[in-house]
Amino acid sequence: MEKDEMIKKMVAILADEFEVEAEVIQPEANIKETMHLDSLSLVDMVGLVNEEFGVEIKTPDLPTIKTFADLYDYVFTRM
Amino acid sequence: MLKNMDEINHRRVVITGMGIWSCLGTSLEEVKESLFNGKSGIVFDPVRKEMGFESGLTALLKKPELKGVVDRAHRVFMPEEAQYAYMATVDALKMAGLDTEYMESHDVGLLYGNDSSADAVVKSVDTMREKKNTRMVGSGAIFQSMNSTVTMNLGCLFKLRGINMTVSAACASGSHAIGLGALLIKWGLQDCIVCGGAQEVNPFSIGSFDGIGAFSKRESDPEKASRPFDIGRDGLVPGGGAATVVIESYESAVKRGAPIIAEVLGYGFSSNGDHISSPNVDGPRKSLLMALEQSGVSKEQIGYINAHATSTSVGDTNEAKAIYAVFGDQMPPVTSTKGQTGHEMWMAGASEVIYSILMMKNRFIAPNLNFERGDEDTCKLNIPAKRIDNYDFDMFLSNSFGFGGTNSTLIIKDVRG
Repeated sequence: MEKDEMIKKMVAILADEFEVEAEVIQPEANIKETMHLDSLSLVDMVGLVNEEFGVEIKTPDLPTIKTFADLYDYVFTRM
Repeated sequence: MLKNMDEINHRRVVITGMGIWSCLGTSLEEVKESLFNGKSGIVFDPVRKEMGFESGLTALLKKPELKGVVDRAHRVFMPEEAQYAYMATVDALKMAGLDTEYMESHDVGLLYGNDSSADAVVKSVDTMREKKNTRMVGSGAIFQSMNSTVTMNLGCLFKLRGINMTVSAACASGSHAIGLGALLIKWGLQDCIVCGGAQEVNPFSIGSFDGIGAFSKRESDPEKASRPFDIGRDGLVPGGGAATVVIESYESAVKRGAPIIAEVLGYGFSSNGDHISSPNVDGPRKSLLMALEQSGVSKEQIGYINAHATSTSVGDTNEAKAIYAVFGDQMPPVTSTKGQTGHEMWMAGASEVIYSILMMKNRFIAPNLNFERGDEDTCKLNIPAKRIDNYDFDMFLSNSFGFGGTNSTLIIKDVRG
């Protein structure tokens, strides 16, 4: 899967699961603020990424993933 | 032991709001019509047969659509029974005139009956077994899986600040919740409590119940399957949903200008101390007598008995014996609304208070659906097979009994404006 295709799929599933408009999911936007996630719903994002892309975000890595661009890079390099 | 509630406190406990989500309807008006017309909420579910059920019979009810109503972040904490309870509670609070501003500034309590959340447990365990990764279960699973899921959800959603507790007493849960709430109000510890009962309706929740042969096998005629007190009964039909009853001190209701619908006069309870699934006669009899004693009313004043009778052989017979032992020849009409709803289990004690109030307010008694002929004991009761019209009564008694021998009896009096 190319990175552009991965990003497109990621935006679609995140927008659907967390009930936000796809347009607000911009690369430099903050993930938690944009999708109104707290520490609990962040767990759901981790599970969703694992389910859809087969990539497990390790707990110690989670604090380093602040923006969507961080998320795309993390997932793409591990797919 | 104190003999009369008045010795404890003279505070009266009144009902100021009701809401329901059941197989008979999702509004009080719709449920009243269903009761009046003797509608059955029972269907045959082929999925259950594919899962290996002895009986595919179940109540059928709508699923609430909460998307756009409750935030996604909170919806993930809500199993189906919490969703039913939310819908019922929205209506009950509206009727009682209780808004968020009031509840944030007063200690409104919450006592709700619930005794399982099997669907959430099964799904999370399936995920753990398959994925070998607890984080794949999702953030909502722990909150959905706990027995107190209904009260933890309602307490947060409605900003309730008083007592917050789930009452788990099998099929008497909803009734005990109202009774215990009434005591807290009488004792002056709370002014207003959101009470009720909720019951999930999915195959996982009652598969093991089916496995002990408790359900009716009359699959060819689902609407005839639940037949409390009838000699041809062959087991219960599982149902569910949620029912919310707002109870309040009379003073609080008057001060708020809330509608006063009825009064909780008395609460009786007992434990059989006997077999885990097979009820006896003495435990229910004691519960009935205690409710009468605590109410300070005579049996002649009871205009209607809403029986627990679930359409099982031993249960209905022993309840009939208990009712006859107490009421004898002074027998008011006795029905079990479970002929229409199936057994709403953890919810039943609360929903049947609402069904009975709707009948009392509208001066009718719904037919004991599918009652054609009694057995040696049930024929001693006054069981109407047809609807009784123009029946004016202002007080009823409602029984709820559960596994483990837990018994609860409520006596409710009409309040007319």
